[in-house]
Amino acid sequence: MAAQLKPGQGPLDYGSRTWLKVLFAVIFFVLYAPIITLVAFSFNTDKRGVVWRGFTLDNYTKAWNNASLIEALTNSLVIAVIATVIATVLGALTALLMWRFRFPFKGAYEGFMALPIVIPEICMGVALLLFFVNSGMMELFVHLPWPLNLGNIIFAHVTFCFPFVAVVVRSRLVGFNRQLEEASKDLGASEWQTFWSIIVPFMKPGLIAGALLAFTLSLDDFVITFFTSGPETVTFPVKVYSLVRRGVSPEINAASTVLIVITVVATVLAMKLQAPPKADKG
Amino acid sequence: MENWKQNPRVFWTLGIPPSLWLLAFFIIPLGFLFVMSFSDKAMVDGQVSITGYDYLTGITNYIRAFDSLYLGIMWKSVWISALATALCLLTAYPIAFGICFAQDKWKPLLLLLVVLPFWINLLIRTYALIAVFRTQGYVNKILGVVGLGPYEMLYNNFAVIFGLVYVYMPFMVLPLYATIERLDKSYLEASLDLGGSQFQTFLRVTVPLTMPGIISGIILVFIPCLGSFLTPDLLGGANALMIGNVIERQFKAANDWPFGSALSFLLMYATFGALALRYLFTLRSKGVDV
Amino acid sequence: MSEAIVSIRNVTKAFPGGVTAVDNVSLDIAQNEFFALLGPSGCGKTTLLRMISGLETPTAGGILIGGEDMAYTPPNKRPTNMVFQSYAVFPHMTVEQNVGYGLKVTGVASDEIKRRVGEALEMVKLTALATRKPDQMSGGQRQRVALARALVKRPKVLLLDEPLSALDAKLRDDMRMELTRLQETVGITFIIVTHDQDEALSMASRIAVMDKGAVQQVATPAELYEQPKNRFVADFIGKVNLIEARVHRQIGRKIDCELKGVGRMELNSDNLVGAQVSVAVRPEKLKIATSEPTSAVRVQGKVRDVAYYGDTSHVVIEAGDGLDLSVNVQNDTRLGGAGVERGQQVWVYWAPEDSIVLTE
Repeated sequence: MAAQLKPGQGPLDYGSRTWLKVLFAVIFFVLYAPIITLVAFSFNTDKRGVVWRGFTLDNYTKAWNNASLIEALTNSLVIAVIATVIATVLGALTALLMWRFRFPFKGAYEGFMALPIVIPEICMGVALLLFFVNSGMMELFVHLPWPLNLGNIIFAHVTFCFPFVAVVVRSRLVGFNRQLEEASKDLGASEWQTFWSIIVPFMKPGLIAGALLAFTLSLDDFVITFFTSGPETVTFPVKVYSLVRRGVSPEINAASTVLIVITVVATVLAMKLQAPPKADKG
Repeated sequence: MENWKQNPRVFWTLGIPPSLWLLAFFIIPLGFLFVMSFSDKAMVDGQVSITGYDYLTGITNYIRAFDSLYLGIMWKSVWISALATALCLLTAYPIAFGICFAQDKWKPLLLLLVVLPFWINLLIRTYALIAVFRTQGYVNKILGVVGLGPYEMLYNNFAVIFGLVYVYMPFMVLPLYATIERLDKSYLEASLDLGGSQFQTFLRVTVPLTMPGIISGIILVFIPCLGSFLTPDLLGGANALMIGNVIERQFKAANDWPFGSALSFLLMYATFGALALRYLFTLRSKGVDV
Repeated sequence: MSEAIVSIRNVTKAFPGGVTAVDNVSLDIAQNEFFALLGPSGCGKTTLLRMISGLETPTAGGILIGGEDMAYTPPNKRPTNMVFQSYAVFPHMTVEQNVGYGLKVTGVASDEIKRRVGEALEMVKLTALATRKPDQMSGGQRQRVALARALVKRPKVLLLDEPLSALDAKLRDDMRMELTRLQETVGITFIIVTHDQDEALSMASRIAVMDKGAVQQVATPAELYEQPKNRFVADFIGKVNLIEARVHRQIGRKIDCELKGVGRMELNSDNLVGAQVSVAVRPEKLKIATSEPTSAVRVQGKVRDVAYYGDTSHVVIEAGDGLDLSVNVQNDTRLGGAGVERGQQVWVYWAPEDSIVLTE
């Protein structure tokens, strides 16, 4: 019948079961092998990236000297930084509003704020495409000096980022002890002083986590950007997309590796700051 | 929580900027899309105009969406998404379960390992898959060593499903992990103590008690799969089209925006339908009769 | 005493990370006993119970249940059943389904399940609630479900993990009597884990007092109270005055010793010359007098505090040398109270045979 347990092993110590360890190994291998291969081949001398021929940094130099690739990467970073700042402010406002007030149709408002998280990216992408084309904003922005000509992409990114920030910040605020606020007012602080000296410091981890989330979401986004970007404004993912359609090249590997490093660093930072895991879609 | 009337100045200061933003850059664009979905291309001098539209002409775009061609694509999108979701569940459940029962010091690392790929750009991950799955890729090379292949593993339904599972698995792991972690382990212990085998305990206790997480995970994976564009675009062949690709085609190559708008709204309705199902389920699990 | 139904042989449980929860414990629990594992939190009592149930396994040693070594047998193959501290009544099943669960998973025929579930529900007086879900029930009712669910399996041993801790005071007293009644009716060995000495003393036929992973003493409730083996047991069970003492010499079965703050006296004890010992006296064994008593053991002191508890008053008296003595005074007349007041000089005395000499 049932196998005996090992000394010290409880029946629920699944962590010590071999089948689970094997399964973990297999799944992590499948998850990581393609990414590790990609990173490894960014250092490969072989042009077609089929076999390993030797270590080189040539691909990085080539990617670095590829003006359009670098422009796309700079665009992506600039968009991500600006979108993050705006999204964090808007997200924090939303979170404070939902946390502090009771008002009519609050449930409906909450649903409305969650819409950008919920609806398929492609629907949002085509809606923004229509909007920017028909209102002529894209035309307007194309001839503006850099980085203002990235305007429509920034608008789009803020729109899908700030509801995520709101979710993260609000979940932080839920843990706030309202008596601290009352104590502050009792001790003579005004509403505004209380906000800056009590509530904002408490929100800070949530704000940082939310900002990092917005930053990665913006940096990662392909679908919405693909539809919103004009012909002259290309972000890194859109650039990579056009390159990938033409086939695999070590240069893309190099550029991708750089982006992977940026996001991994941002993620690990976020985890270090005890952020909750990335908010669920929907 | 205070009533907004007690402090209307603060209320409006907090509420107006995000609401206006969402109105301007989300609701109005969606409104345009909605209007467009009931419109037709205008005829100018007997020619179909590319930029002009006859607004609000009727529901012809929606009727066209139910052509057998598009119905077929929608049906395929649904079953590919369903299959990918099922595979995600099958792999994610043991992972979430294993992390919950791992030693405390390993949990953060294991969670990080699951979530990390999810933070890496979707496009890069898809590209990485192309690199290992192509004819000269590593998978075929390894198969070649044992005398198999090479197989054409890209540009077909298999590649799309694998890609979707690969990309969306973390969406499944996270809600499952959250519910299993919250589950009082003494229920499992009680079941074992009462004579249930590990398998019976899993089927009769663990699965029913983690159902909310399972449903959340299914919805969280199914919705983005259904609306996916990039994965079928890069990994699928000409015959592995999903609804997202058709929409994209209407807006880019085919230039039939009204039809694309109608398809977008159908996709949104399907999404809301899935969310409504989830909502009904949460009500039921709270004991409300529905 | 009949043969041991549970026999714990040199069991050690070390958790990864270096905590030894149970350290080389040996215990025999007889058929039909109501046995209690008593100790402060973290003493290893729950771990020991969980090892008997199979929810944990020892890192060394053997656990014999009904004569068979089951130390590493999974819980679903053991003739033991457990009532969990949180009750762990399955929230997605009705009362009936909960009680029938253990029978269903072991393949008992459905008509027999029905009959046995009915009997079990009757035993815990829950027949009327058979189709309820647990979230529509009170804590006490859920506990009865947990009890019925375990008893319906007719285990050789029923394990109860802090069964009364989640109940309010009134319900706790009812349940205590109910558990004793049930144990007598079903004739199954009960092993209960508790940190509450009143619970253990009032219900159990025998108690093992545990501390720091080791068993300090195994005895009947009265023995534990009147003849504690060491300072820990004396202090943990009930209240006690522990007085340090130095032994000067041995006179037959007596010792001549010097009690700190009290003085020199003779007490019954075996050979202990030169040893530093503690003398334990229960507060209710101490008496207060306003004039010098005749007892051989007496000490003068000042009343520092009087706390009134209705039936008794607890008086703290400062004797010499930093010694504080607690005295429980029965308030046996309505207007008398403790009969002393703060600051008053009084005598405290007790019978020498009420002193317990402790060496460890």
